[in-house]
Amino acid sequence: MIEKPGKTAEDLAREQKQVAVSEFFEKNRHLLGYDNPTRALLTVVKELVDNSLDACEESRILPRIWIEIKSNGPDRFRVMTKDNGPGMTDKQIPLALGKLLYGSKFFKLRQSRGTQGIGASGAILYSQLTTGKPTTIISSTGKGKTSYYELMIDVKKNEPEIISHQFIEDGKVWHGMKVEMEIEGRYIESRKSVPEYIKQVAIANPYANITFDGPSEKLEFPRSANELPPLPKEIKPHPHGVELGILRRMLKATKYRTVTSFLTNDFSRIGGGTAKEICELAGIDPKVSPQRLEIGDSEKLFKAMQKVKMIRPPTDCLSPLKENLLVKGLKKEFNAEFYAAVTRPPEVYRGNPFQVEAAIAYGGELPEEGTVKIMRLTNRVPLMYQEGDCAITKSIATTDWRRYGLSQSGRSIPVGPAVIVVHLASVWVPYISESKQAIASYPVIIKEIKLALQEIGRRLQRHVGGKRRAEMQRKRKEIFDRYLPEVANAVAKLTGRKSEPILNKLKGIIKKSVKVLVDEGSKEKTENTG
Amino acid sequence: MKEVKKKLKTLGEDVLKDINQKKNPDIDIPIRSLSNVIYDEKTKQLSLGNKVSKRYLFNVAHAKRFMQTLLVASLCKELQDEKIHTSLRDLFYALKRTLPNSEENTFDEQKESDPIIVDLEVMLDVLREQLHLNADVRGRVVGNVVIKDRGDLINWSKLGSGGWAIPSNVEEITLKKVNAKYILVIEKNAAFERLHEDKFWQKQKCILVTTQGQAARGPRRLIQRLSTEYKLPVYVFTDADSYGWYIYSVLKYGSISLAHISERLGCPTAKFIGLTISDIDEFKLEGFTIKARDVDIKRAREMLKYDWFKHPAWQKELKLMIQRKVKAELEALSGRSLKFMTEVYLPTKIKKKEFLP
Repeated sequence: MIEKPGKTAEDLAREQKQVAVSEFFEKNRHLLGYDNPTRALLTVVKELVDNSLDACEESRILPRIWIEIKSNGPDRFRVMTKDNGPGMTDKQIPLALGKLLYGSKFFKLRQSRGTQGIGASGAILYSQLTTGKPTTIISSTGKGKTSYYELMIDVKKNEPEIISHQFIEDGKVWHGMKVEMEIEGRYIESRKSVPEYIKQVAIANPYANITFDGPSEKLEFPRSANELPPLPKEIKPHPHGVELGILRRMLKATKYRTVTSFLTNDFSRIGGGTAKEICELAGIDPKVSPQRLEIGDSEKLFKAMQKVKMIRPPTDCLSPLKENLLVKGLKKEFNAEFYAAVTRPPEVYRGNPFQVEAAIAYGGELPEEGTVKIMRLTNRVPLMYQEGDCAITKSIATTDWRRYGLSQSGRSIPVGPAVIVVHLASVWVPYISESKQAIASYPVIIKEIKLALQEIGRRLQRHVGGKRRAEMQRKRKEIFDRYLPEVANAVAKLTGRKSEPILNKLKGIIKKSVKVLVDEGSKEKTENTG
Repeated sequence: MKEVKKKLKTLGEDVLKDINQKKNPDIDIPIRSLSNVIYDEKTKQLSLGNKVSKRYLFNVAHAKRFMQTLLVASLCKELQDEKIHTSLRDLFYALKRTLPNSEENTFDEQKESDPIIVDLEVMLDVLREQLHLNADVRGRVVGNVVIKDRGDLINWSKLGSGGWAIPSNVEEITLKKVNAKYILVIEKNAAFERLHEDKFWQKQKCILVTTQGQAARGPRRLIQRLSTEYKLPVYVFTDADSYGWYIYSVLKYGSISLAHISERLGCPTAKFIGLTISDIDEFKLEGFTIKARDVDIKRAREMLKYDWFKHPAWQKELKLMIQRKVKAELEALSGRSLKFMTEVYLPTKIKKKEFLP
């Protein structure tokens, strides 16, 4: 029996996808952040915390998050996260967490932490692969009913495998979610560690209250702001930002019946006229069903979409932290003497809106020695790895910081008592790899980052300049303080008076006018009295 | 010396007045550089112009020197009150100490205190000797002269081979008896020894003074006193080169750095007896000259521009030196014969009145 070619291809693709998901994960753990035990532990925490923060923000709840990591034998850890988010309905829990690439975020474009649908389910899969144990999920949506699940993932089918499911009927009314799993991992307390990550999360999300109970220490990160940044709006993809693979998946998944309505409804910035133009250029019948487009036709469509001119995507889909929250975040964790932050206007790279922010903390208790501390954030998520490949690091190194009062040798990371934060908010952050740890160096992104850095640099320079002036003033006063008693004594001797009152008067002059302390020129003034 | 005391006190009072008025105290110091030195054709003296520099207390660049100036002034006041004298080096040590709560010294080197003494001299219009500060002791004298110094009668003709060492302060010396027709000032010690041994001063009835290089204040003041008080002509005898001639000009007109006291130290009537470049031909010294160094030539070029070297005779000598790139030392005369200076050169010059102005 011969089936229609299109359907066969679709079925095949679906089957291939299911096989690919599990195998993909097992064979490409490194690409997803599970390449070594240390990093795996961090990735698990990151995925769970990302989900909690996203859920809270979507429901406009000020996040309260608990993280617990306890040792459970050599290289074994029990990881628990709990939040005060909206929780999940009983039905939704196994689907959302027991299936890879399930998620509502996939064809929608919105600035959010996770986008791949691998996050939490990836963590569950990792736990299962390394310990063979199920993950416990407890959640309530605030209606007096609490769901209890023990979940695993059927790797072959990419389906949830429910080990245990029950309702806890203790009458407690709460909302939120608790996830607990056991994983293979290694806990370190140095630079790229879990505590450092959580500290940066706290800085990037100053409206969150986070408690971290680690194997050896308990840390509290209280919130320093009580307002959430506005919820980013969802936008449809801009034709210039879509990739061929995604376009093909969108063609399959669309509910619209003609290419014209698919183009005008599933994308932003395409009206009837533009859709017609695209179809003409691609040589495609505008009335044909999107599902029925040949592989070759979809490529023609893709190329035509890139060629046709259209206005830039809307930028109200972005939600930057803004100066206030950036500074509050820094103030919370660093005791510095100077803070500055700047938010650039939105820009677009390849059809994707993005926005850059930068902030700096300087001086105070920050260490004078060593390079400045760099914090890279994308959509409020700290990046911990692949620093050297990241557009942020490159932009910092190629900015001339000497003119702003930091030391720097050549094109390297500046040296001085400072923390520099760069935040890139975008509906589609161009990472250089799937592990999402470094931003690709698009020229327009580099340009925006550098403009933001230069602005905080200028503000820093004004501060350091003022500080230097004050330092000079202080040194001058010191000089005069040293000479004044000598002058007073000498004048007293010459005039036969007491030196004490003369000294007091001289001190009075210094106090009264700091202006005379300002250098009037190094040479003694020449004038003609003749 | 009451006047000096009063001037020092006034300096203090002026500063105190500024302090009382809550002003930034300042001191006016006349500038001592060529730009503020005037050559007066009539009096034949160099004198200081009216340019002053202001030294402020509350100015980072001036503060230390302001303090140092007052420290020196107050020590000078002490010297006046105690009626004691001291040397420049002693003054430096008397003032050098570490300022409280610091690693800074009031003075680090004598190089810092010496110019301040000159500042004070100029500001107050007094001599350092009047401030009870002794300058270098250099220079000797012989001749038929009797003086009184600190109660001792001294006869310059009875001091053996050494002669009388001229002190830095000759103000308090009284000239008792002077029996001479002129004063011969000799730049170099060796030539002085030669003339003294040959009894030149007895034969010629003159006073011999050696300055031993650039003349110190003591000899300059002494020469001036002898020439003015006894109306004696002064003849100056130096090497034939730019430096020797400049020594002569300092004796006659005063110096750029001490232009403020030219009238006390200068001797406008002095005349130059030799050596000149022209002498090389006239006295057949050709074989005894030495090659002029670049610095000598450079100095000669500078002197060509000085107002007090504008006389054609001097312009001629300077140009000759630059042209021929030679110079002749006093010792060159001994090349002719050991007594050539005593018996031929000087008597000829004096007899013919062959002097340069």
